[in-house]
Amino acid sequence: MEYTNHKNYIIDGAGRRWFLKQSSALVGMLALPPLIGQAGTAPASSVPPGLPMKRAITLRINRKAYRIEVEPRETLLDVLRERLDLIGSKKGCDHGQCGACTVHIDGRTANACLLLAVMQQDRDITTIEGLAPSPDRLHPLQTAFVEHDGLQCGFCTPGQIMSGVAVLREGHAGSTAQIKEWMSGNICRCGAYSGIVDAIEAVQKGGRQV
Amino acid sequence: MKSFDYVAVTKPADAVRLMEPQFRFIAGGTNLVDLMKYEIERPDRLIDISRLPLDRIETTDAGIRIGALARNSDVAADPAITRQFPLLAEALLAGASPQLRNMATMGGNLMQRTRCYYFYDATQPCNKREPGSGCGAIGGFNRIHAILGTSEGAAKTQCIATNPSDMNVALSALDAIVQVTGPKGTRAIPVIDFHRLPGDTPERDTVLEANELITGLDLPKPAIPGKSYYLKVRDRASYAFAVVSVATRLAVENGRIQDVRIALGGVAHKPWRIVEVEKNMVGKAATEETFRAAAQQLVAGAKPHEHNAFKVQLAQSAIVRALQTVATS
Ligand SMILES: Cc1cc2nc3c(=O)[nH]c(=O)nc-3n(C[C@H](O)[C@H](O)[C@H](O)COP(=O)(O)OP(=O)(O)OC[C@H]3O[C@@H](n4cnc5c(N)ncnc54)[C@H](O)[C@@H]3O)c2cc1C
Ligand code: SF4
Ligand code: FES
Ligand code: FES
Repeated sequence: MEYTNHKNYIIDGAGRRWFLKQSSALVGMLALPPLIGQAGTAPASSVPPGLPMKRAITLRINRKAYRIEVEPRETLLDVLRERLDLIGSKKGCDHGQCGACTVHIDGRTANACLLLAVMQQDRDITTIEGLAPSPDRLHPLQTAFVEHDGLQCGFCTPGQIMSGVAVLREGHAGSTAQIKEWMSGNICRCGAYSGIVDAIEAVQKGGRQV
Repeated sequence: MKSFDYVAVTKPADAVRLMEPQFRFIAGGTNLVDLMKYEIERPDRLIDISRLPLDRIETTDAGIRIGALARNSDVAADPAITRQFPLLAEALLAGASPQLRNMATMGGNLMQRTRCYYFYDATQPCNKREPGSGCGAIGGFNRIHAILGTSEGAAKTQCIATNPSDMNVALSALDAIVQVTGPKGTRAIPVIDFHRLPGDTPERDTVLEANELITGLDLPKPAIPGKSYYLKVRDRASYAFAVVSVATRLAVENGRIQDVRIALGGVAHKPWRIVEVEKNMVGKAATEETFRAAAQQLVAGAKPHEHNAFKVQLAQSAIVRALQTVATS
């Protein structure tokens, strides 16, 4: 893969200042056409001529705007993990079956492995990296997962927590049975289920706004 | 995944105008992207219809109209739906996972492929994926497959896959109508005629033409209001496709059946209904005996395969259980 595939332009939260995420991208940028893809000026990418062009898109992730070029076939999960260094969302099955890739789109859970990145413009995307209120404070459900052993290997955990937060926010944590049903889209091959349910119940009982 | 071109549309007319045989509409993407990853679907271009203004749920004089782009989760939680058509909400909530229901749309759910695991496996013959290649499930492992309505024809056209949608079973019992628009104008197709039996073209799951767009679904107010129930039998408590499912609506007065609908999932290439059986039940006592007789008639033509003969009994028990549950609720 050419390094130009890795260029990421990040606008800060206020959208005023531009800076480059990776220094290697600086060289890449010089060889690239303007950010808005134009017909006829195919970007210097690995796409052979004649194949569909990359699109310049803006993704709003964890309250930041990311300007990148994607092929229509790139999933949101691959863009997060391979292009934007947001590797908290995990790839378990890549087919919508395990929930390891669960993110929030406009406040609702979704499987990032089945979402095309090109379709997610103007949406508010939240990943596990954007859940904590500040760099030195965990989200209450993250703390509860630690306290209640809601994990073993940790691979499914980001997805579990993203779903768990939605379960709490949407009022589906009224009973153990209800939590289990509404968490059923997240598989844990270590079988940490009882700790996961305990953690969600603890936050529910704590009555704090999540 | 094969490379493809992409265009997003904001008007239904543009979606139809831009459509070509090698293109696909994409809504929630939960079925299409999955199949594209296996290169079972290889569209040259995706027409993104996810932002068409067709996501409303509206109460009309005749019932409720649901836009094709309404999300499965929104429909399941809608107060008008849970009040008037709880059967649909129950069936939707029995399907997939919360994440998938947040993404999945009504049109996409109607159109999700009728399929089986051999359909996904490119090393296996499959008349649906590769017309004329044979069927891996016949003579293979066919526990989840159809027992009813399978094609009699030559090995080159047979298919014993089941339609995996829970929603479609409920829509069948609710006499829902699919609203469609295409180059020749609009048409309305009752759900019971929308999905097909395999016949000798198992590659076609529905009667929708490639350049037609589903715009919405109408749920007509039932003439005689009754109660309903969706029973899903599956291999684990949640997040699994139905082995067998039953959507039923029943109106009983003074112990007599006034009106009834019974649709079965997991047994055929489409939701299975026999209108004559329902008509014959009207006026009869709402008893286990009546329910058993109806259940028997519904599966009378069953042709089980090596591993799914259990479905013949399971389907009948599920029908009786579902009807009893409604009759005593
Ligand atoms: C792991 C997993 C488990 C699942 N479990 C269940 C289950 O238990 N029960 C169940 O019922 N379902 C289940 N599903 C299936 C799920 O319900 C469907 O994938 C979903 O409903 C499809 O909707 P969509 O909007 O994502 O469709 P898409 O994937 O966007 O589209 C599917 C097809 O429909 C066509 N299409 C979409 N909208 C329109 C339109 N308006 N007009 C014409 N054509 C259209 C597309 O071109 C495509 O061919 C499961 C799926 C997965 C991945
Ligand atoms: S049952 Fe149908 S979908 Fe499955 S392998 Fe046979 S032809 Fe293909
Ligand atoms: S990686 Fe997306 S659901 Fe498994
Ligand atoms: S903690 Fe290992 S998969 Fe869940």
